[in-house]
Amino acid sequence: MEPLIEQGAQPQLPAVGRRLMAVAKSFTTPHLPDDYLALLDPRWSLEEAVATVERRIVEAEGVVTLVLRPSFPWPGHEAGQYVRVGAEIKGIRHWRAFTVTSDPGHPEGLVSITVQRVDGGLMSGHLTDDAACGVGARVWLGQVEGEFTMPPGPVGTPLLLISAGCGVTPIWAMVRELERRGALHDVVHLHSARDPSRFVFGRPLRELAGRTPGYALHEHHSGADGRLHRQDLDRLVPDWRDRQAFLSGPGEMLDDFERHWTEHGDPALLHLERFRPSIGLGGGIGEGGTVTFGVSRVSAEAEPGVSILVAGERAGAALPSGCRMGICHSCIGRLKQGQVQDLRTGLVHGEPGQPVRTCVNGPCGDIEIEL
Amino acid sequence: MTTTNGAPRHAGASTATLPPTLAGTGGPGHAPADPTSSNPLHRLTPEEIERIGDAFQAIHDEVRADLGERDVTYIRNLITFQRRLAVVSRAMLTASRYPPAWLAGTLGLSVAKVLENMELGHNILHGQWDWMNDPKIHSSTWDWDNVSTAAGWKHSHNVVHHTYTNILGKDKDVGYEVMRVSARQKWYPWFLAQPGLNLFLMAFFEWGVALHDFDYEGIRRGDPEARSAARRELKALGRKAGKQMLKDYVLYPALSGRHWRKTLAANVIANVARNAWANAIIFCGHFPDQSYVFTEAEVAGETRGAWYVRQMLASVNIEGGDAFHLMSGNLSFQIEHHLFPDMPSNRLKEIAPRVKAVCEEYGLPYNSGPFLQQWLMVQRSILRYAFPGGDERPKAEPYVAPPVPEAVVPTVEGVDGPVVAFP
Repeated sequence: MEPLIEQGAQPQLPAVGRRLMAVAKSFTTPHLPDDYLALLDPRWSLEEAVATVERRIVEAEGVVTLVLRPSFPWPGHEAGQYVRVGAEIKGIRHWRAFTVTSDPGHPEGLVSITVQRVDGGLMSGHLTDDAACGVGARVWLGQVEGEFTMPPGPVGTPLLLISAGCGVTPIWAMVRELERRGALHDVVHLHSARDPSRFVFGRPLRELAGRTPGYALHEHHSGADGRLHRQDLDRLVPDWRDRQAFLSGPGEMLDDFERHWTEHGDPALLHLERFRPSIGLGGGIGEGGTVTFGVSRVSAEAEPGVSILVAGERAGAALPSGCRMGICHSCIGRLKQGQVQDLRTGLVHGEPGQPVRTCVNGPCGDIEIEL
Repeated sequence: MTTTNGAPRHAGASTATLPPTLAGTGGPGHAPADPTSSNPLHRLTPEEIERIGDAFQAIHDEVRADLGERDVTYIRNLITFQRRLAVVSRAMLTASRYPPAWLAGTLGLSVAKVLENMELGHNILHGQWDWMNDPKIHSSTWDWDNVSTAAGWKHSHNVVHHTYTNILGKDKDVGYEVMRVSARQKWYPWFLAQPGLNLFLMAFFEWGVALHDFDYEGIRRGDPEARSAARRELKALGRKAGKQMLKDYVLYPALSGRHWRKTLAANVIANVARNAWANAIIFCGHFPDQSYVFTEAEVAGETRGAWYVRQMLASVNIEGGDAFHLMSGNLSFQIEHHLFPDMPSNRLKEIAPRVKAVCEEYGLPYNSGPFLQQWLMVQRSILRYAFPGGDERPKAEPYVAPPVPEAVVPTVEGVDGPVVAFP
């Protein structure tokens, strides 16, 4: 049975090591050899991938790139993918997903993530704080995941990349990948930042645009000109309909552009990366209702679009949580009555006794959950 | 991927909720207050019971909100200490042919096993540390150095025992279905064997615990579901016990080479010592004279407040020093543990004065006594109730805080008379 708690990825061990561990386990049962290795050095864990912060690079105000040295051979990633990162804050382990911003196949096996501090954000605040997560700090790494990647091989069609804010991270990884492949032939990149100084990776991208004719960069400054809007598209990129498009940014912007492609373009050419944490905080899909937490004895009012988890936390319940994006199953609770709605897809489901992920489901009317 | 084996997801937390069969719908909660009743629960008015419930709930919520780094440090340090002790003891036992090494190794291993089962295993499997979100210290991943499987124990202990504590016919832990430990239990002839069985349970307690989760009633009835569940559980138990015995009785003795017999003896002694200790602590938690048992009728329609009161009346603390509390897994704070099964064990001692204050306010007993006295009481009950009849033992008086000794302020002679010595 899969444990009901979010864990780091399990590092790959060579066959000899695996056999050795199986023998060692007969001596340590019911615990693992790992539990005893950890007495010597927690980085020697064979159960969970651990990494140490090697370097910190301040990219812009409140944006920090953490260069990580994994304690195991990095299994590799594709440009645009993300990895879940775990960190301990006040003794409690938290997990969030971050785009891998380093190039695949770093010779020393280093990887990096780029984190933007969000106001009141627990994890982003921790990771961007030099005192809390400085050089030498330890984090946990989950599996490399994500479908938001370039097709392999030569890129035939012209490309359109649209990013906003810290949504630039996977786009940045892709641009670097294209440069490495020598495929920056006809790429238009629209980036929206509040002002020029807040353009994460702005300097290297501007330099790249200066020396590469095949890469055109349009900067949009929402502080002065308002939000990047779908109406701007015809003016900035008249041939947008013919391009493979990769979009990464806040939910409303993506929704706006997705409608535009559905109505006026070819949705098959559109690829989206939705950034968290936008699920379950309110707005969007969802009907709302009252959630009764049986074990915590808390009753919470969930507005439309608010997840069961967020509603419970706002009402003061201490609930299990993990990735907050429907991946890790840490937050599962058994539904006792009522129905819930998946806030990502709108699907209404649930019957008594069914386990539901509280981070991506909102109540559909009044429900009771065993948490 | 979710729980399909009946093990509770938040084992500790789920015990705090009311079972559906008992949960009241806001009704009176129990028979009306009866000032002459011997059970303090029945003397209380429904309003008093609800106020008691609120008071306890407030303690729980306050501690829950305060959990943090201090607690994390406590449990991690304890785990590290226990593992180091186990490693050092095992290493020493490889030289078991030297009597001092044998003695130190046996003693160390016994202590390591006691700590692992009591303060770590029992409490982690309760979900007391689930809030840390650490997959290494979590009720869904932890397994203990004991022949019973974590899943089986979590069900029989966390769900059955903690919900239906001391309700006759519901709580399998009242005499473990094979002993008569209260005058209110009906006598059957097989109880005549319980003094012998008691000695057996002391030595092989882990096996008793492992076997008592089986649904014997269902198996006897021939219920196919109960039988297939039993087969599954038996298989899991066999796997777990096999690994345990291979480790303790084959692999480690083998490391001592020609002197394997001495190491084997040391491991047997450590397991038996752990069993006897766990048995003593656990029997002292609910079987001493002060503890109340309940019938199903008495708790019908029980409210949250009445649940709390029952937990308190059914549990008995053991008095002792800090080392004793640690070795008992803080089950010496049985009352506090039963009120808040999911509260980290290092907090129980801290809240004890607040629980006592509630007892004093509402005229309730706070059952407790020194270890030897409690243990002998339990042994006496096991011997007496093996035979039919027997009276209920006298219960504890309502708790009254001992008078605070008047503080003596040392003074020295000053020019204008005495002044405080240490201002």
